[in-house]
Amino acid sequence: MAAGVATWLPFARAAAVGWLPLAKKTMPKPPVDKKSRNDEILIVNVSGLRFQTWKNTLDRYPDTLLGSSEKEFFYNEETQEYFFDRDPEMFRHILNFYRTGKLHYPRQECIQAFDEELAFYGIVPDIIGDCCMEEYRDRKKENQERLAEDTEAEMATDTPLPPNSTPRERLWRAFENPHTSTMALVFYYVTGFFIAVSVIANVVETVPCQPLKGSKKNLPCGEKYQVAFFCMDTACVLIFTFEYLMRLFAAPSRCKFMRSVMSVIDVVAIMPYYIGLVMPENEDVSGAFVTLRVFRVFRIFKFSRHSQGLRILGYTLKSCASELGFLLFSLTMAIIIFATVMFYAEKGTKGTNFTSIPASFWYTIVTMTTLGYGDMVPNTIAGKIFGSICSLSGVLVIALPVPVIVSNFSRIYHQNQRADKMRAQQKVRLARIRLAKKGTTNAFLQYKEEGGLQDHDSDSAALCLKNRSSFEHQHHHLLHCLEKTTNHEFTDELTYSEMCMTESVGYRTSRSTSISSQQAVSSSCCPRRAKRRAIRLANSTVSVSRGSVQELDTLQIQKSTAGPQSRSSLNARTEDLKLNCDQRDYTAAIISIPTPPANTPDESLPPSPAVPGILRNSRSTASFTHETFKVSSL
Amino acid sequence: MGAVVGTLTMQTKQRQPSRDKVDDELEMTMVCHRPEGLEQLEAQTNFSKQELQVLYRGFKNECPSGVVNEETFKHIYAQFFPHGDASTYAHYLFRAFDTTNNGSIKFEEFVMGLSTLLRGSVRDKLEWTFHLYDINRDGFISKEEMTEIVRAIYDMMGKYTYPALKGDVPKQHVDAFFHKMDKNKDGVVTLEEFILACQEDEMMMRSMQLFENVM
Repeated sequence: MAAGVATWLPFARAAAVGWLPLAKKTMPKPPVDKKSRNDEILIVNVSGLRFQTWKNTLDRYPDTLLGSSEKEFFYNEETQEYFFDRDPEMFRHILNFYRTGKLHYPRQECIQAFDEELAFYGIVPDIIGDCCMEEYRDRKKENQERLAEDTEAEMATDTPLPPNSTPRERLWRAFENPHTSTMALVFYYVTGFFIAVSVIANVVETVPCQPLKGSKKNLPCGEKYQVAFFCMDTACVLIFTFEYLMRLFAAPSRCKFMRSVMSVIDVVAIMPYYIGLVMPENEDVSGAFVTLRVFRVFRIFKFSRHSQGLRILGYTLKSCASELGFLLFSLTMAIIIFATVMFYAEKGTKGTNFTSIPASFWYTIVTMTTLGYGDMVPNTIAGKIFGSICSLSGVLVIALPVPVIVSNFSRIYHQNQRADKMRAQQKVRLARIRLAKKGTTNAFLQYKEEGGLQDHDSDSAALCLKNRSSFEHQHHHLLHCLEKTTNHEFTDELTYSEMCMTESVGYRTSRSTSISSQQAVSSSCCPRRAKRRAIRLANSTVSVSRGSVQELDTLQIQKSTAGPQSRSSLNARTEDLKLNCDQRDYTAAIISIPTPPANTPDESLPPSPAVPGILRNSRSTASFTHETFKVSSL
Repeated sequence: MGAVVGTLTMQTKQRQPSRDKVDDELEMTMVCHRPEGLEQLEAQTNFSKQELQVLYRGFKNECPSGVVNEETFKHIYAQFFPHGDASTYAHYLFRAFDTTNNGSIKFEEFVMGLSTLLRGSVRDKLEWTFHLYDINRDGFISKEEMTEIVRAIYDMMGKYTYPALKGDVPKQHVDAFFHKMDKNKDGVVTLEEFILACQEDEMMMRSMQLFENVM
C-alpha cells in the first residue's frame, strides 16, 4: 500500500457506518487492539545518536523492521529505548522515509552500504522517490557491472587449472589466455606475425613494380613475383587453418564457437584461398575470383584477438546500436528529402549533374558530411539555398548521437583499465590470503606442540599458551574435538609428504598385491608412529592364512585403482589438513594386518593399518578381516 | 534537416506551456489552510485533545496544504479496495464529508465527520447515513438515488465474487431495502421513516457499536 494510507484507514472504517442500513447480514466483530491507543514517542538509539519519533510514524509501514514487532528484539529495558548498532548517518534517511513516505538516496554514500542498510531495516529499494531513483539506478548498475567483472576476472584467467584437466581444456585455456604458458605466448606472437605478413603481402601485391625485361608496362608486384606471393599466401593460410582447427578442437562448445564473431572472421579469412584453389582458371569465373580476394583483407580483423582496444571499440559499437541506428535513420531521411528537393530545383538547368534523384544522393551525402568534393554543384538560386540548408542540417544531425557513443566508449574503456589493475592486485591479495591460511593452521600445530591439548591447571600452563586469546583457545578446542571425532590428527605438509613417500616406497615393492596399495591408502597421520608399528607387525604378518587373503581380495574390488599418480598429485598439493593419502571416497578400509605370505618377504614396510589406536588389536585372527571401519575421508 | 527531425521528435514530449502556467497560478492561490484552534475543535467534536492531535498529525502529513481534494480522496479510498472500482462510492463519501460543498475537505470537516461517526449518538449516525444516501439533498431518498449508492457499493466488490454476481443484484437489494424502510409506500424514504426503521432493526443497532473503537 502506498505511503500514509495507514493514516486513512480509521477514516475508511468509520465511514463503513454508511453501509449498515443496507447490510443483509450482521457485521463481523472488529479486531481487538490491545495496545494502548495513545500515541507515544519512541526513542531509537542508533550507535549513540538518539532519534525520537511518534510510534504512529513507525507504524505506517508495518512490513518493515521498525514498523513491525521485530523491533522488540532490539528493545533495551534498562534505557527504555530501541538500540541499533548501525550507521547513524544512514538511519537519518531511513527515518525520513517513515516521516515523509519517500525514500531518498544520499548521493555521497556508497551504494552498497545504503543497500545493506535498507535490507537490514526491511525496506524495499523500489520505493525510492523519483527525485533520487535515477541516480540510485545508475550507481547500482555501475556497481553490479563492476562486481560481475571482478567475479569474471577471478574465475577466468588466473585461477590455476584443475589438476585433472584434459589436454583439450589446457589447449583452450592456452588459446584464450596466452600469458598462461610460454608455448601459448609463442603461438600468439607467431600468429600475430603471420597476420601482419599476410596483410602486408596483400597490400604490396598491388604496388607497381619495375616491368619485366622487354616490356614497357608497369606491372603490379603481385604479377611479377607471382610464385613468391603465392608461397607466402599458402604459408599464411596454412597457419591460419591450423590455428582454426586447433581452436575448433579445443573449444568446449563447438556450436557456440562456430557461431562466434572471431570464428566467422577466421573462416572468411581463409576461405578465398581454398575457393581459389578449387576454382578453375576460367575467364568467366575469374571476375568472381577477384572479388573473393577482397575478402582476404578481413584477415586484419584477426588482430582483434591481439588488441584489446579493438575489442573495446567493437563492444562499444554494439552497445551503442540504438544511437547508431537513430543516426542512420535520420541521415537516410534527410538524404532522401534533400536529394529530391535538389533534383527538382536543378532540373531545369542544362547539362546538370543532377540527372536523377539517386544521382542527387551522392551530392547530399557529400554535402551533409561537409566533404564538399565539388563534382556536383547546384547552379540555380533555389538549388543553392537548399544546398546550404542541407549542409547546415547535416552538421547538426551527425553531431547529436556522437557524444553518447563517446561517453559509452569512455566508460567501457575505463572499466577495462580497471579490470587490468584488479588482476594485478588479485595476485598479491591471493598470496596474502594463502599466507594467512597457512598461519592459522600452523598456529594450531604449534599449539599442539606446546602441549596445549593436554589438560593443564592454570599454573603449569606455559606462558605462551596463556597469552593466546580466548577465541584462539576455543578455536583450537574445536579443532581438537574434530580430531577426536575422526580419530585422526592434523599435521603439516612436510610430515605428510614424508609419510606418503615412505609408504609409497613400500607400495612400489609389492605391486603385484593390491592389498598393499589398499593399505597404503589407509594412512596414518603420524608417520613415525606408523613406522614403528609397522615394524612391530612385520613379525606377525606371516601367520596369515590364505583364506583371509582371498577375502581381502574381494574387498579390494571396491577400491578403485590407487595409482601412484594420485600420490604425486597429493604431494604437490599444499593442503595441510588432509589426513588420507588418497583423495577418493573410501567407505571401507581394511584395518587388519594379514598379508599374503608369498609376496611379503622382500617388503621392507609391511602393510600397516591406518588407525593407530586400533593397531593393538591387530594380532587377532583372520576374522578381523571382515571388519571394515569407516575412515572418514577428510 | 536535422533541426526538422529534431523538432518532430521533441514535440510529442513538449508540455503545453499554457497549461503549466495555470497550474502554477493555482498552486499559488491555494494557500495553506490552517484549522481552528485545538480548543475550539475539542468543543465542537467529541474527541479529546490527544486524539485530535493524532488525527491532525496524520492529516497534515498526508495533505501538507491542509485540504483534501476529491482526486486524492478517490485515490486513497481506492487503495483500500483494490479488487473493484471504488471511485463512485468515494465520490459520494466525499460529498458526504464536504459539508461546505466547495470541492475540498478541510480538517474541520474531516474531524466533524469522524466525530459523528465514531463518537456520535445513534441518531447522529443515522442522520449522517441518511445524508450520505440522499444525493441531491432534497430530504428524500428516492429509488434512483438508492440504486446509485448500492451500485457504487457493488462496484467496489469487483468482478470476482463468490457467489458470482448474476442478474441485477443491486436492484434486488434496493427493492428489499425499500420494502423495509418505506413505511407509507410512497416511493421515497424520509429521514423519520429511515430512523424509525433502523431503530427497529436490532441487528443494525448491535452493529453500530462495532465501529466505535476504530480510533
